Amino acid sequence: MLTDEMVDILNRSRKSGWLVEPEAKRLCTLAGLPVPRFVWAGDLSESLRAAGVIGYPLVAKIVSPAIIHKSEVEGVAVGLADERQLTVFFEKMSSLPGFAGLLLEEKAAGIELIAGAKIDAQFGLIIVLGIGGTAVEIYHDVAIRMAPLTEKDVHAMLHELRGERLLTGYRGKEAVDREKLVRFLVDFAALMTDMAPFIESVDLNPLLCSAEGCVIADARIMLGETFAATGETE
Amino acid sequence: MNLAPLFAPRSLAVIGVSAANDRHPANVIFAKNLLRYPVATYAVNSKGGFIDGEKVFPSVSAIPDTIDLAVIAVRAEFVPGVLQQCMAAKVKSAVVISGGFAEAGREDLQDNLVNMAREGSFPFIGPNCLGIYSPGVVDTFFLPAERMVHPLPGDVAVVSQSGGMLVDLLVKFAGEGVGVSSAVSIGNKALIGEEQLLDFLDADPRTRVIAFYIEGFARNEGRDFVRRAARCSKPVIVFKAGRTNEGGRAVSSHTASLAGDYRVFSSVLAQHGIIEAKNELELVSCCEALSCYPETVIEGRVGIISGSGGHGAIAVDACISGGLMVPRLGEEARQSLRNILSENIRGIASVANPVDLTGSAVENDFISAVEFFCTIPDIDTILLLLLPYLPAISSDLGARLSKVYRRHGKPLIAYVPHIEKYRMFTEGFELNRVPVASSIESAVHMTRTLRRCRPC
Repeated sequence: MLTDEMVDILNRSRKSGWLVEPEAKRLCTLAGLPVPRFVWAGDLSESLRAAGVIGYPLVAKIVSPAIIHKSEVEGVAVGLADERQLTVFFEKMSSLPGFAGLLLEEKAAGIELIAGAKIDAQFGLIIVLGIGGTAVEIYHDVAIRMAPLTEKDVHAMLHELRGERLLTGYRGKEAVDREKLVRFLVDFAALMTDMAPFIESVDLNPLLCSAEGCVIADARIMLGETFAATGETE
Repeated sequence: MNLAPLFAPRSLAVIGVSAANDRHPANVIFAKNLLRYPVATYAVNSKGGFIDGEKVFPSVSAIPDTIDLAVIAVRAEFVPGVLQQCMAAKVKSAVVISGGFAEAGREDLQDNLVNMAREGSFPFIGPNCLGIYSPGVVDTFFLPAERMVHPLPGDVAVVSQSGGMLVDLLVKFAGEGVGVSSAVSIGNKALIGEEQLLDFLDADPRTRVIAFYIEGFARNEGRDFVRRAARCSKPVIVFKAGRTNEGGRAVSSHTASLAGDYRVFSSVLAQHGIIEAKNELELVSCCEALSCYPETVIEGRVGIISGSGGHGAIAVDACISGGLMVPRLGEEARQSLRNILSENIRGIASVANPVDLTGSAVENDFISAVEFFCTIPDIDTILLLLLPYLPAISSDLGARLSKVYRRHGKPLIAYVPHIEKYRMFTEGFELNRVPVASSIESAVHMTRTLRRCRPC
C-alpha cells in the first residue's frame, strides 16, 4: 500500500508527467528501497552547505522537470572535489531550462544494473532486470517477467542474463550479494504493483550492486497518461 | 456458457443462403455440411424458396428441429436481428461469419451483439471469422470442400485470430501427418477469445495439445490468457505474428525501449511454461511431438542413432547449439552395444553416441540400438535418423520401433526425408504415434520441445 506521503509525491509531479530524481528517490526511500544519501539544494549557498555535510568528492546532478535525459545536457557531475568545482557546476546548470536546483549525493560504487517496470498494454505490469549503465540499449541484456515476482523468478532472471558472470566475482572482483539483490527486486516489484495505477514506466538505472548490497543511483518515474492528466487512477 | 454445441452440433442452420449467388459463403457452408457431415443441415433466407432442390426456411424458428449451431452470414447491420431470432428460437450457439464490425470501425454494432449474447448466455464465435472445422463433425469454413486440404482427425486443437493463417496451418498439418481435433478461427473474438477456448479445450477429451496463432491481445487480455494457460493440463503452444513491429514509437524510458512488445510477449510466455513457435513449421512440429508425448518432460540428454556419420554429426551440432546434451557412452556401455549388433557391422559401427550403424546395418540393428538406449539412464530421449534407402531395412521399422517406445516409455523422435516415395516409412512411425520430422534440425527442435513445461 502506498502511504499518503507517497501519493502526494506522485500528485505534485502530475504537471510535468514525471518525477524529478530527488522526488523519485524520496519515494523509493519511503518504500524502504536504498538510495545514496542525498540533498536537493535550491540555490548555491544551500548546495555548498549540503556538500559540506555529505563530503567531497560527491555527485551533483541538475534537477529540472524540463530535462529528462540529464547526461545529454552534461547535467551530471561525478566526483566534484571541492567548493570551487561545485560552484562552477552550479553556475553552468542554473542557466538550463526549468532549473530547480541540484541534487547532491555521495558517490556509490558497484556493478551497473538496470531494474525497471512498465505497464504493458497486453500483459499489465512487467518487470525488467538487466545489465545497466549507458550502454544498456546496445547490449539489450535484460530479463523480463510479468509481475508479481517471487524470489525464484528473480533467480531465474539473473540466470538468464548473458552478463550473469559479472555478478559472480569476475576477474578477481568481489561478487555481488545475490540474496540482497534478489530481495531488492522482489521489494521493487511489490512497490511497482502498488504504483501500477499511477505509472507508465520506471527506470532504476544504474542500480549499483556490490558485496554490500544494492543502491539506486538514478531513478526515473514516468506517470501514466490518465493519472497525469486527470489525477484519477485506473 | 456451454461451448459444446459449437464443436459437436447435431443440427446446423445456415442463415443467409443466396438464391442469386451460388458463390455466397452461406451457400458453400450449406452445401459442404449437407453433403459431407453427419449434421442435420438447414438453409435459411427470409425469402424462402429452394436451393439445389433443398427447402430454404424463411427464418430459423420455422425449422422443425432444435438447432445446436447457427451460422450467420448476413450483412452486418442485420446480424443483431438474426442473433435475436436465434436466441428466441432456442438455438444453442452461433458462428458469425459476417464482417463489418469492430474491424471496420463499427464497435457499436459489435458491442450490441456481445451485450445481447451475455444477457442470454448465448455463445457465439466471431464476428469476421471462418468459425469451426471439426474433422468428421462440422465445417463452417466458407471454402469449397474440394479446395481445402483436410488433415486427419486427431488430437491437436488450433485456434487462430486469422482465418487465412488457420487454413494455411491445416495444409501444413496435413502435409506432416498431424491430426486435428478442431480448428477455430475466432476473428474479432468479440465474446469468445483465446482464454474461453482454452477453458473448453482443456476439458475436451478429444484434444491433447492446444495451439494458438495470435496477432495481439486487448488491454490486459494477455495477462488473463497466460495465467489460464499456466494452469492448463495440456501443452499450450503459441505462434505470435508481428514480432518485428516494434520500431517507430518514441519511448522516454530505457525499460519501455528494452521491453518492446514482442520481447515482453516472448518472455511472458516462457515465464508461464507456454511453448513459443517462431514460425509455422515450428508450430506444426511442436504439435506433432507433443501430441505423441503430451505428458513426458525430458531434461534433454539425447541418444542419436543413424546409418551415417554425417547425419549423426549434424544432429550433434543442432543438439548442442539448442542447449541439449549428447552424453558419450562409457567403455562398458559401448562394449555391450557392440555385442548386440549383427556380426557384419560389429567391427565397423561407431558406438559412442552418436551411434553410426553404417549403411550395412540391418533392420534389427536399429531395433537393438534403440532398445539399448532405452536401458541407459543417462539418455532420456532417442533421436533416430533414418535413411530409407539403406538396402537392409523395411517400412516395418516405424511400427516395430513404436512398440519399443510403448514397452520402455522413453520418447523416440525420427527423421525421415518427407517425399512421396518414403511415405510408408513415415506413416509407419506417425500412425503408431512416433513423431517424424522432415529435417534433422526439425527433429532436434521436436526434442527441445519436450523439455517444455519448465517455466522460467
